[in-house]
Order: sequence, then structure tokens, then C-alpha cells
Amino acid sequence: MTYTPPPLPPPYTNTSPPPTLLTQGAEAHLYKTSYLTPTTPAALKIRPSKPYRHPILDKRLTRQRILQEARCLVKLVREGVSVPAVLALDYEGQSENNNGGAWLLMEWIEGLVVRVVFERWEAFMKCSGELGGKELEREEKKVRGLMRGIGGVVGGLHRAGVIHGDLTTSNLMLRGLSSGEGEGSPGMEGDVVLIDFGLASQSISEEDRAVDLYVLERAFGSTHPRAEKFFEHVLEGYQGSYKGAHITLKRLQDVRMRGRKRSMIG
Amino acid sequence: MIAIGLEGSANKLGVGIMLHPDNGKPPQVLANIRHTYVSPPGEGFLPKDTARHHRSWVVTLVKKALKEARISVRDVDCICFTKGPGMGAPLQSVAVAARMLSLLWGKELVGVNHCVGHIEMGRLITGSTNPVVLYVSGGNTQVIAYSSQRYRIFGETLDIAVGNCLDRFARTLHISNDPAPGYNIEQMAKKGKQLVDLPYTVKGMDCSFSGILAAVDGLAATYGLGGEGKDDEASEDGKPTRADLCFSLQETIFSMLVEITERAMAHVGSKEVLIVGGVGCNERLQEMMGIMARDRGGSVHATDERFCIDNGIMIAQAGLLAYATGFRTPLKDSACTQRFRTDDVFVKWRD
Repeated sequence: MTYTPPPLPPPYTNTSPPPTLLTQGAEAHLYKTSYLTPTTPAALKIRPSKPYRHPILDKRLTRQRILQEARCLVKLVREGVSVPAVLALDYEGQSENNNGGAWLLMEWIEGLVVRVVFERWEAFMKCSGELGGKELEREEKKVRGLMRGIGGVVGGLHRAGVIHGDLTTSNLMLRGLSSGEGEGSPGMEGDVVLIDFGLASQSISEEDRAVDLYVLERAFGSTHPRAEKFFEHVLEGYQGSYKGAHITLKRLQDVRMRGRKRSMIG
Repeated sequence: MIAIGLEGSANKLGVGIMLHPDNGKPPQVLANIRHTYVSPPGEGFLPKDTARHHRSWVVTLVKKALKEARISVRDVDCICFTKGPGMGAPLQSVAVAARMLSLLWGKELVGVNHCVGHIEMGRLITGSTNPVVLYVSGGNTQVIAYSSQRYRIFGETLDIAVGNCLDRFARTLHISNDPAPGYNIEQMAKKGKQLVDLPYTVKGMDCSFSGILAAVDGLAATYGLGGEGKDDEASEDGKPTRADLCFSLQETIFSMLVEITERAMAHVGSKEVLIVGGVGCNERLQEMMGIMARDRGGSVHATDERFCIDNGIMIAQAGLLAYATGFRTPLKDSACTQRFRTDDVFVKWRD
């Protein structure tokens, strides 16, 4: 069965060249299009209506989420956290057949998703087998640096009073990396940029912040088993990023204990 | 190889017999018998009463299963039982039965994780190779995907399980527990039309149901719909009915489940979904999941009540897979545990 994405909402039905589909996320389709001039790239996030959901519930959630996302992004840009800027949006998703979906137009970030960086790194580590002490040290240093960078950005986000709500390595980008299929160990330099604020909310409670970190920790555990042991460096980078960070980290300990059916030993 | 599987982690006592032919032919179900402890409307099943039910039925069920499978005790290779997770007292009474059979017949014991049992049975019946698994039942709500020798939990409930939420709302409305409260809610929801606003709580790939239960219970109280002897007639002046509440509850929580499953699928890049566990029988959930999977160019696999709801063969199936890799549970380690996470199991039988 071949997959056809849902039709685009206006005005994107007649932009030239037409937006190109990049990824189909769980909630939204991400397109690359242009803004104002044909040479200014922009990211277009469309939230098509979900036919499995009751229409009333669907409308409520879509509207709520796209507005929430835009509000968080605007706030973060103002606070100097590295996130894509908002260019335009339509939360109703006006169209004749009513299935175009709501959309949000954002600044284009050139770079690679951290998940891909780690996948390449894990593949590289796997095929290069036993690395010598020096090389291993260099590789690990690179990962530690990236981890600290991630921690710093998440800290900045929390300092600004925003909770991401879905921190995974798919929602972190490294600005400036080329997407070419690189041989050998991938580069890990560059600014970490947070993307996809579809589940974000505004909160300054340490509980919400700790849960945010916990979600990220679990995402590392389930997708990058090899890089999991470096997660402590994320926390290290997080620690110094704002005043109340240590309270959040303390709370994280409690949150970890709370998962269901954890073994009660130790 | 032939295994007997004993399952009794909640109110169902299941005995199943599974055959894995030596010539590599597909596994066969020789017997699948279940007896359910049904509590009166408005009540849940208590561990003590459930354990008593299991103790008084286990011997009958094992005898019946052997007869149905037309095998003798000599043909059996191992006794598989649920090691956890589940309710303590029912688990223990079934574990005692398993130990007794093992000593009596001189067969090896294999302790099985209940959740892994569900996953392996679902994989066997539907033939899906590497799906994202949504495991939804009265005690568990997890989104699982396999990766390097473990079933990893991508998302789960932060408080009560989805089935527990449905069961407890059935108790509020005094809906019958026979054959299952969730089934009766499903039938009632088919008559519902009006969607009432309920909280929608998804956090990343996790979700939470306790607040929704409190909200819908509150609505039932406000409109005087809880308790015994209420009819299901349509009400005047646009007030929601009992059916509307069931409908709204299902629509809301199933949307959440489909959403977290979709997120896990997008995250691991899988196109197949497998629904297992008691709530997995719900046809509305299957339908919603089907629409979601279709829109992603994938497909959904679900099974019917014989395999979805707790049963003995799933324990035998997962047990045999482990047994074939040389896994045994010595008598001294055959204690069961209420807390036994899906990702604690080392899955040696997959690559």
C-alpha cells in the first residue's frame, strides 16, 4: 500500500515550487517551503485532522496545541533560547473540504537531528570494533561535549519557564551539520536547537521540569543504549544553567522511583 | 515440546497447553481453558476472594485441559507459570499449583513474565514480526518495542491502567461485571452520541488516567447517573446520559492510546502495530488504531478474546520459547512477584 499525504491547506495549495514533505511525525507533517522570497527556506508544520479522533475532540486538541506551540516558541525566542522563530500560523486550517489542517510556519534550521548523529556514531563504534585508548577517549569526549550542550539548552528552556513535554533525540537538532552520508565518526559540534514544541507548556514547577528530564533520559535508554551511560553529562550541563537547577535534579531522583512496577530491591 | 501454562495474575484463571513440533512446523494450541472470577456489580475483585477462586478451580482446569489436548502427563516437557506482575494472592495460589505439578510429575518449572506472554502470543497468532506493541489491560498500559534482546517500554501509564479506569467507571455506574465490565461499557458506548469534555492527559509517550476517572465520576455524580437501578433512557434537555459518558470516556482515553502508539511508531520507524491485553478486544480501539495505521501506510494486528484476555497458552508459548533456549526456574527461585517489569526479561529467543 502506498502512502499519500493529506492535501495541503491554502495558501500552500498554490505556492511555487510546492512544499516538499520532509517527515511524517506522529502529530504533524513537516514540509520545506519558502517564506516571502523563493530563496528564504522555511519549515511548515501541518497538523492534519486525525480521522481516528472524534471531530470535536480533534478540533479542540489541534487548536489548543498549535496555539500553545506558537506561544512557547515566541517566548523562547525572546528569551534567547535556540529554537526556530515563528513566522505565521493558522489554527483553524481553513479550506473548502475542511481537511487541510492547521499549520505553523517557522524559521528553517539547517542541520541534523541528534538521533541521526547518535545512530551514525553507534554504527561507527560498532563497525570499528575495539578502539584504542586514545581514539576511544576522543570519541567519548565528543559525546560528553554534545551531552553537556543538550543539558545546557534544556536548562535554558526551563529557565525561560517552558516545558518541552516530548524531549527525545528526534526533537533535538545540531545546527550547521551537513546531512551528507558521512564516513567515519560523525561530527558533534554546533549549536543544539530544540524543535517540535507540539506538547510544550509553560510551567516553572520543579516537578514538571524533572519529568521533562526523565522523558529525555528514557528516550536515550530506549533508542541509544550505547550512549545511555553518558546521560549524566546532560545533567551536568543542566546543573549550571539556572538557579533552581539543583532542586529539579533532586526531584528527578523521586520521579525515577515512581515508574510503575519498578523492582523494589535497591 | 509440550508445555502447560498456568495463568492467574488477576481474576482469570487460565490453563493452556501448547505444542512446538520438533520438525519446525508452526506451534499448535492443544487446549485453552479459562475460568473467570466475576464479582457483583459495583464491586471489584478482591485479592483474597480471587485467590480462593483460583485455588478451588485449578485442579479441575488442569485435568480438563489434559483431556482436551488428548495428551498424557508423560508428553509434557515443562510447567510454565506467571511469575508476575499481578495481584499477590492470586499469583501465589497459581504458583503453588505449578510447583505442586512440577514436583508431582517431575517436570521443570519455567517462570514467565505476564506481559512478555501477551506479546509472544500476539506475535504468534497474528504473524507480525516486529511490531510496536500496545499492551492494554486492567493492570497494565504500555507501549513496547523490541530492541537488542529486550522488550523496551517506550510509554506507559503514570498512574492507573486504562482497563482499571474503565472497570472503576463501570463500578460507578453499577454496570455488570459479567462477562467483563469493559465489554459492557463498550456495548453501552455504542448508544452514546454526545461528547462531553474530559481532560486529555498525554505527556510525551506516557499518559495518565486517574484524573480522567475522577472527572467522569464527578460528571456522573453531577447528573445523578451513578449507582444502582438507573435506566439508560435518553434524557431530556440535552443532559448527557450514561451512554454518553461511556462514549466520551472511551473516545478520550482511546484517542490518548492511539496517540502515544503513533508517537512510538514515528519514533522507531515501524509501520506495524500489535494490540494485546484485555482492553485490546475493544472493537472501537481496534478501529481507531486501524485508521491511524492506515494513514501511516501500515497495518494493525489484533486478536480476539481467546488470546487477548489473560489465558494459559500465552504463558505456555512464552515459556516454551525461553525453555528452548535452556531457561529454567529452579524451585527455590519460583517465588512470584507483584512487580516484574517487561524490560527486566532477557529475550534470548529473538535476534
